[in-house]
Amino acid sequence: MATAPAAETAPRGAMAPEPYRVASRAPETVDTWTLLLEPLGAPIVPAPGQFNMLYAFGVGEVPISTSAAPEPGGELVHTIRAVGPVTQKLCATEPGDVIGVRGPFGTTWPLEEARGGDLVIVAGGIGLAPVRPAVYHALTHRDDYGSLCVLVGARTPSDLLYVRELEDWRGRFDVEVGVTVDSAVGDWHGRVGVVPRLIPGAAFDPAATTALVVGPEIMMTFTAKALLEQGVPKERIYVSMERNMRCGLGHCGHCQLGPMLICRDGPVFRYDEMEALMGVREL
Amino acid sequence: MHEELALTDSPRATIDLDGLHALVGVLRDRGYCVIGPTKREGAIVYEEIESADELPAGWTEVQEAGTYRLERRDDEARFGYPVGPQSWKRYLLPARVRLWQARKRNGGAFEIVEEPPPERPFALLGVRSCDLHAIAVQDRVFLEGAYVDRDYAGRREGAFLVVVNCGTPGGTCFCASMGTGPRAESGYDLALTELLDGEHRFLAEAGSERGAEVLGDLMGCDATPDDVDAALRVTHEAAGKMGRTLDSFDLRDLLGRNVNHPRFADAGNRCLTCGNCTLVCPTCFCTSVEDVNVLEDGAAERWRRWDSCYSVDYSFIHGGAIRPSSRARYRQWLTHKFGTWVDQFGTSGCVGCGRCITWCPVGIDVTEELAAIRAADGEVDHANA
Amino acid sequence: MQTLDEIVAESPVFGGLEPAQLQLIAGCAHNAAFSKGERIFREGDAADTFYLVRRGRVALTAHVPGRGDVTIETVEPGEVLGWSWLFPPYTWHFDARAVEDAGVVAFDGACLRGKCDADHALGFELMRRFAQVMIDRLQHTRTLLLDVYGHGPGS
Repeated sequence: MATAPAAETAPRGAMAPEPYRVASRAPETVDTWTLLLEPLGAPIVPAPGQFNMLYAFGVGEVPISTSAAPEPGGELVHTIRAVGPVTQKLCATEPGDVIGVRGPFGTTWPLEEARGGDLVIVAGGIGLAPVRPAVYHALTHRDDYGSLCVLVGARTPSDLLYVRELEDWRGRFDVEVGVTVDSAVGDWHGRVGVVPRLIPGAAFDPAATTALVVGPEIMMTFTAKALLEQGVPKERIYVSMERNMRCGLGHCGHCQLGPMLICRDGPVFRYDEMEALMGVREL
Repeated sequence: MHEELALTDSPRATIDLDGLHALVGVLRDRGYCVIGPTKREGAIVYEEIESADELPAGWTEVQEAGTYRLERRDDEARFGYPVGPQSWKRYLLPARVRLWQARKRNGGAFEIVEEPPPERPFALLGVRSCDLHAIAVQDRVFLEGAYVDRDYAGRREGAFLVVVNCGTPGGTCFCASMGTGPRAESGYDLALTELLDGEHRFLAEAGSERGAEVLGDLMGCDATPDDVDAALRVTHEAAGKMGRTLDSFDLRDLLGRNVNHPRFADAGNRCLTCGNCTLVCPTCFCTSVEDVNVLEDGAAERWRRWDSCYSVDYSFIHGGAIRPSSRARYRQWLTHKFGTWVDQFGTSGCVGCGRCITWCPVGIDVTEELAAIRAADGEVDHANA
Repeated sequence: MQTLDEIVAESPVFGGLEPAQLQLIAGCAHNAAFSKGERIFREGDAADTFYLVRRGRVALTAHVPGRGDVTIETVEPGEVLGWSWLFPPYTWHFDARAVEDAGVVAFDGACLRGKCDADHALGFELMRRFAQVMIDRLQHTRTLLLDVYGHGPGS
């Protein structure tokens, strides 16, 4: 089962962010950047699957998943898409700027539970960002897992995240990497088509597989369907859900999805628990 | 919090109107900001009071779906009404509160100064049993989860609660159906039951050590067995005078299996999504965060304000609202209040105070909606499912 | 090195056909190869052939003025390329080009059409199998229409 955050009553209020300095800001795509952050105050160490609330001074906060392996020193890596005032401000920071961070919040990818079996990771669009720590973990603990498949989809080739890393992973002999895009122009020689089409051809044993699926909700639903068709048990498929979030503490009520609070019971959920809820319109 | 004494052992006394005056004075002398019911612009609201003279003596509320008005009683009861549009969350979870101020230092790092708690702790005078349960419901959310809400804890920890057991329930009350009243059992410092038969007096029971101390300062008389019986009769009769009833059996499962019930579209057609119900509900706790730049350079503040699941942008992510329809928003509120609240916090979210029924401009009645869903358990709204 | 008979018999799209039918189909087939970048068919050309991709990758493209050739789908080894041979007006609706050196089995669609007209049982079986291919592609294409990675309304 995904793990829950430890109970804490901090003397410092849980709505007060820790200052972090931007060490670097690197572009990933035309609207996405990856920030490398260093702690100036208390370090925050999110586990794979967890998220932090990132604060752009005077503007606001957004929940962003960790994209790095956990660093005891508290360095953080966050990949952010600039879609609103807060994310635009964060994506416009320069090295040396200070932002605020609260966290870590949420449940984690079931990397312990997946040991001893195959691991299939399916990421759509910016979904590769929250699941990259799971790939890192599997690569550094390679013997804990059987086959490792990383299947990635994006809108167009220029929307692919972490292209250099995808190429590195593909270059290894112990990782299968599949990439597809919705459409392509010019020089793309890779696959064009929807992500679920990558699944039947991937080399994994469905009966002994844990699948981690992240992306837009529809993409996760179609991907889960394709995985089920291959025989992956429903309770071994994990998805990462999203809702409007204001506090991360279980106090503001916004992130409800039926009986769940995403900040507390998620964002990582088992598909058998989530399937029925995902099928209810406007829930 | 504070030590609570068993009911049978609890110190009790009978106090008269002078004693009630003394109570307000004693609490103020002990440094409390006393909040009590008072009449303002056609409603009984909770404001700071300096004397028991400010209580709405001789007034009662007439409440029905979409209707609220004050009427004169034929006695001078100080607490002869149920609950008005406000609840104690006005003070424990204020509508707008600053959480912290931040200032940038040289080198860019910022320093956070968190807002201190109010200068004076609150003494809440006139807490009805339903509202007492509502406070406990919000305690679960803000104090007993993985994180403690600092502002709520600061206001709640020192608060002195004076319960008033109900003698005059209202047209929309259904605490008896929810098991939340009309008599408060525990969780208070003092409980008063107003006795109007014969001499106008109050049975006062202590529910904690500091409640007993305050009681001791009031110079009351020993409570006679007759007074105790009279007090029990008040609430016993009140339980039979509820304006509404609700079959609250297994609501969580009922709502869980009827998520596509046609009644939600039906209610959604009537619902204005005005959010009144969430404003007046004593357990609704949803808030939003406002981060603001202050005019001064390099300074910022974070504020917290009430929010409502009825607003469209409440559920906004990535370029769209998850719940654009009023059907979906009504369903969210009703199923959360009576159903998924249990999954999230271990209790029902409803205490049967009836405010949502009274203050809904179109008179939507949760007891009626739930009864309709139960009566047609299993029906599916195929057009919207 | 597999024979055409073996290839046809093993390919999923012809699964379950009777040996006589499989032989007939194999009789309409021949191996072909396209080098990287070579065009396989052009939009508007007569669609009298369909292909089974064995090796390499084929891109289906449309030419969009101002954007150039847009790849809307790639066809991988084991997949069928082309169904326009079954339905009037028997012309291609998109361009196809080998993205890498590609080995294919090409089937004479015009010849097979004639055989289906003569033998309705065979015709029904082929129609059914190609309908399944089309359904799968349609579902995937409809998913693409949802533009799930888009920014939201108005993006």
